[in-house]
Amino acid sequence: MSVLVYAEASEGKFKKPAFEATSYGKKVAEQMQTNLVVLAINANDTTELYTYGAEKVISVSNDALKNFNAKIFANIIKKATEKENAEVVIIEANTNGLYTAPMVAVQLNAGYASNVVALPSATAPFTVKRKTFSNKAFNNTQILTETKVLTLAKNSVGVHEIPVSGTTEEFSPELVACNLKSESIEKTSGKITIADADIVVSGGRGLKGPENWGMIEELAEVLGAATACSKPVSDLGWRPHSEHVGQTGKPVAANLYLAVGISGAIQHLAGVNSSKVKVVINTDPEAPFFKAADYGIVGDAFEVVPKLIEKLKEFKANNA
Amino acid sequence: MKILVCISHVPDTTSKINFTDDNSKFNSAGVQYVINPFDEFVLTRAMWFKEKQGATVTVINVGNATSEPTLRKALAIGADDAIRINAEPTDGFAVAKELAEVVKNGNYDLVMAGRESIDYNGEMVPGMIASLLNFNFINACIGIEIDGDAVTVSREIDGGKEVISANLPIVIAGQKGIVEEKDLRIPNMRGIMMARKKPLTIVEPINTEAKTTIISFEKQAAKSACKLVDPNNVGELVDLLHNEAKVI
Repeated sequence: MSVLVYAEASEGKFKKPAFEATSYGKKVAEQMQTNLVVLAINANDTTELYTYGAEKVISVSNDALKNFNAKIFANIIKKATEKENAEVVIIEANTNGLYTAPMVAVQLNAGYASNVVALPSATAPFTVKRKTFSNKAFNNTQILTETKVLTLAKNSVGVHEIPVSGTTEEFSPELVACNLKSESIEKTSGKITIADADIVVSGGRGLKGPENWGMIEELAEVLGAATACSKPVSDLGWRPHSEHVGQTGKPVAANLYLAVGISGAIQHLAGVNSSKVKVVINTDPEAPFFKAADYGIVGDAFEVVPKLIEKLKEFKANNA
Repeated sequence: MKILVCISHVPDTTSKINFTDDNSKFNSAGVQYVINPFDEFVLTRAMWFKEKQGATVTVINVGNATSEPTLRKALAIGADDAIRINAEPTDGFAVAKELAEVVKNGNYDLVMAGRESIDYNGEMVPGMIASLLNFNFINACIGIEIDGDAVTVSREIDGGKEVISANLPIVIAGQKGIVEEKDLRIPNMRGIMMARKKPLTIVEPINTEAKTTIISFEKQAAKSACKLVDPNNVGELVDLLHNEAKVI
């Protein structure tokens, strides 16, 4: 028996969610008095995972897997699960992980719980707490099958350093055929993505027009943050749709979400309220966002934001 | 081309979320139900294939009779017919198995669903249907074009998009981008009148066992009040974020 984590290497490199899933997996393995095995595909340096509790890494290196393909990757995870006799399979909750996990569950005939926010409250029956109703509530779910598949809710269980002396073995499973063909991949380079960002700075209609986004970008730059916007702003074409956050836009689960000139419609809050700390700057003290935020400033963004940028620059200079 | 659009019947976004029976059940009293917002995007795209490429569009839901008004709304938007699988939707796996059975028996070429439902947020049923049938699957789909048997789809990836070519049959889980929000269809009076006469078939379930079960719900803990900072003293906000919230 074992616990298996699939840690994604993006262009060879692990990101924070891979370490988060690994340290979570280590703790689940301890709870179940068993070992953790981490599966990596085309990773440059699997020893990085040892810091987060990976006693054993099985590493697949294959040029045919340079591009992600959910069907082929799901099948590799299935084969790794069978090889390691894993009872719990944990898949990182990023775009590709959420794409793959349901396919893995079907291939293993396993119960699948997504959006898991904490360690299992019991291992027999296996019970996990999950986010539900668009972050307005939680449910406690029992997984009834022998093999269990989990994905974690983003930025919810944290990265924990659990250094171990690990080993890495090569794993060379046969690949299944798939006739999906990747034609092109477009990525904006050099910008922090909303998915990766610890801090997100978001602007709303209160900013009056696209020409006023300079200060939002400057604020984001000082904070090392990604920029985002509310739905009306993307609908008006002030900002690209890829920046729209909210229920039907991108979900945000950052450490800090800073909303400028956003009133906080319920659809907006549904998409951002998984963020740990929320700050709102708005002229209207009655804006619903003040009920959801941790910190707020009632004031004109055009006066407050430049002052905030200045203070943050001072703070950075003093804490450099 | 035969298209099947999976419709979730979900509480409206503005609904108060409460639980009953010792927090074991969702309290639907006074709750307004709607078509899952993610499903509206794919349904609107399906209408385009019906109007421009002569596709037929069937909408489907796994649920009891209370979901029929939601299916009628999808018919009013323009779907040709509806199917209700007469079962309580327990877990994602069981729902996917029920849907896969209908896809198989009905020889559908394209199965469309929203990426997730706004109630259980599982993001699992579409991928499971595809795997059960060994169909290709595209998650987080933000564009689809069909020419004969050839399908060109784009999916959202972190920081961009990937364009993929494939063939029918295929399952896609869509979201905003597959159509824009401003283009979403709203039922008009004529559509509502016509929807009353369109066929809504009730199919008995194959009764698969759920692999997971929800034993209880919890609401989010009450939030402490928002700390207000004087706009003339924004330095205090920097201080709070550093020393108290510890996020910068």
